Amino acid sequence: MKGLKIIVLAKQVPDTRNVGKDAMKADGTVNRAALPAIFNPEDLNALEQALRIKDTYPGTTVTLLTMGPGRAAEIIREGMYRGADNGYLLTDRAFAGSDTLATSYAISCAIKKIDFDLIIAGRQAIDGDTAQVGPQVAEKLGLPQITYAEHINKIVKNRITIQRRLERGIETVTAPLPCLITVNATAPECRPRNAKQLMKFKHAKTVTELQSAVEDYYKLHEDRPYLRIPELSVIDVAADTNWLGLAGSPTKVKAIENVVFVAKDAKQLTADQKDLDWLMGELVANHTLG
Amino acid sequence: MNNVFVFCEIDEGKIADVSQELLTKGRSLANELKCSLEAVVIGSKLEGIENEIAPYGTDIIHVADDKRLEFYLTLPFTTIIVDLFKKQQPQIALFGATSVGRDLGPRVSSALKSGLTADCTSLVIGNHEDKKEGKVYENLLYQIRPAFGGNIIATIINPDCRPQMATVREGVMKKEIFNKNHKSKVVAIDVNKVVTDIDFAVEIIERHMEPRKIDIKGSQVIVSGGYGVGSRENFKLLYELAHVLGGEVGASRAAVDAGYADHARQVGQTGVTVRPKLYIACGISGQVQHTAGMEESAMIISINTDPTAPITKIADYNIIGDVGEVVPRLIEAYRKHSK
Repeated sequence: MKGLKIIVLAKQVPDTRNVGKDAMKADGTVNRAALPAIFNPEDLNALEQALRIKDTYPGTTVTLLTMGPGRAAEIIREGMYRGADNGYLLTDRAFAGSDTLATSYAISCAIKKIDFDLIIAGRQAIDGDTAQVGPQVAEKLGLPQITYAEHINKIVKNRITIQRRLERGIETVTAPLPCLITVNATAPECRPRNAKQLMKFKHAKTVTELQSAVEDYYKLHEDRPYLRIPELSVIDVAADTNWLGLAGSPTKVKAIENVVFVAKDAKQLTADQKDLDWLMGELVANHTLG
Repeated sequence: MNNVFVFCEIDEGKIADVSQELLTKGRSLANELKCSLEAVVIGSKLEGIENEIAPYGTDIIHVADDKRLEFYLTLPFTTIIVDLFKKQQPQIALFGATSVGRDLGPRVSSALKSGLTADCTSLVIGNHEDKKEGKVYENLLYQIRPAFGGNIIATIINPDCRPQMATVREGVMKKEIFNKNHKSKVVAIDVNKVVTDIDFAVEIIERHMEPRKIDIKGSQVIVSGGYGVGSRENFKLLYELAHVLGGEVGASRAAVDAGYADHARQVGQTGVTVRPKLYIACGISGQVQHTAGMEESAMIISINTDPTAPITKIADYNIIGDVGEVVPRLIEAYRKHSK
């Protein structure tokens, strides 16, 4: 079989395991600038699946597509270090404040500008845990979707066989290409950076990054065009701004409440046997136990 | 028109628990909004399925029964729901946050260009004033969910688009029969008129489903461990205590991620929600993702070396000490009193 053209959808996410006080803006959206940013974990699982197809079917190309602010180019480079061939950064102020539906619309517009046979994405991003963007992108492109993929078994005659992980078991399905697959965290971990790829793509940059770089990379990028990470704007992808950003998002954040624990009248006990005997006596007496 | 709709999922030939819970919630929302509750169920060999649904107080049940729909498939299920919603214009549509609902919900929302909020922990009717537009919206669905890794609780609304769609995890809402003799109108959906061959582009070639082995939700006593338990070995102490007390073992996400316990035991936002009579939290700090799944327990005991851990704020009894020391002593203490 000839190689496939694969798009991997990836997101740079705030590391929600390390959240500070300035993490939220007044309008209820996330202040991404104040947080450490990482490659969304399940998108790495998705990248690994794409790289495995590339291993099996020579001639396959893996293209990363991410939407976000300028710094999101970091994860495109990270993906290239691990084996992706190139990437696009979908970035525009008009995207700010988009909910999942507006985000899916923007991404689907970008995908229409890229030639592909298969789209692979992580199941969900850790900052929202919604698992909506994958299926919504598939719907907007009119493609079948296969969610919760754990293993891509084979690709034969334009049909792909995929193993899915469900709550209580596994299901194997076949789907025609092109289609969109979302990958679970239970799928194999992504391979680490590859030294050769790292050397090759170390200076991969977007135009914006080139302009603000201290060193002059223009000559280098002229000689090695593969180092350029294209930036796509609303105009580049011919998106209708009515469907983007806060205005294009049907869901609105009405209120945000920081989690504050309400103190309850709690009894404090020590680890002494005496205290614990008393506690068990209470629980048995009030029928909590037995 | 403009009613509350619940998508009823079929699990081993029966209406799934989460759908029964959503029907219960849907009935109370419909009462508050003074509208009808409608259910939609899709599957194969569904004769008599309405008898499982109607007791939850539905007014109309839409049934799509076709042998090709025995197992969930994204495309035909989406086509059927989208067609139904376009005709019926629901104001609210609820789905279980299962592998089915989380696959179907976004697809439907995208096709209808309406908003969807995933994994709601609470659904409430309320008003909204848009000061910028000078507009007041009455009787919106407040879709309340933890977000941002559980560090915030967000209230989401869909002011302008319908239906207002939400998914809810199993065990989050209570299930309650409305009236066991309640009768509901049944409307058959003409599947062949709605779906096309293209909808069957994806084929299931194999399914291996296992019956639920571990189900801690039904247990009255749960001994749960967190990352603070320290090892899979130390988790054995928790099994001993759970065995002695006639309960089950639960775990926090951190403990599951560390490999101390199986995912099936995970309590919290990304695991199961439990409401036992007694919940013993061992070495669990009490992140909101975890407490969201256990805070309604009738009694909570925390065992933790840190007297300032967040869990201590919701616990009824705080034992300040090491899990490895305290648990064997609790076993001994219980044996004394249970004789």
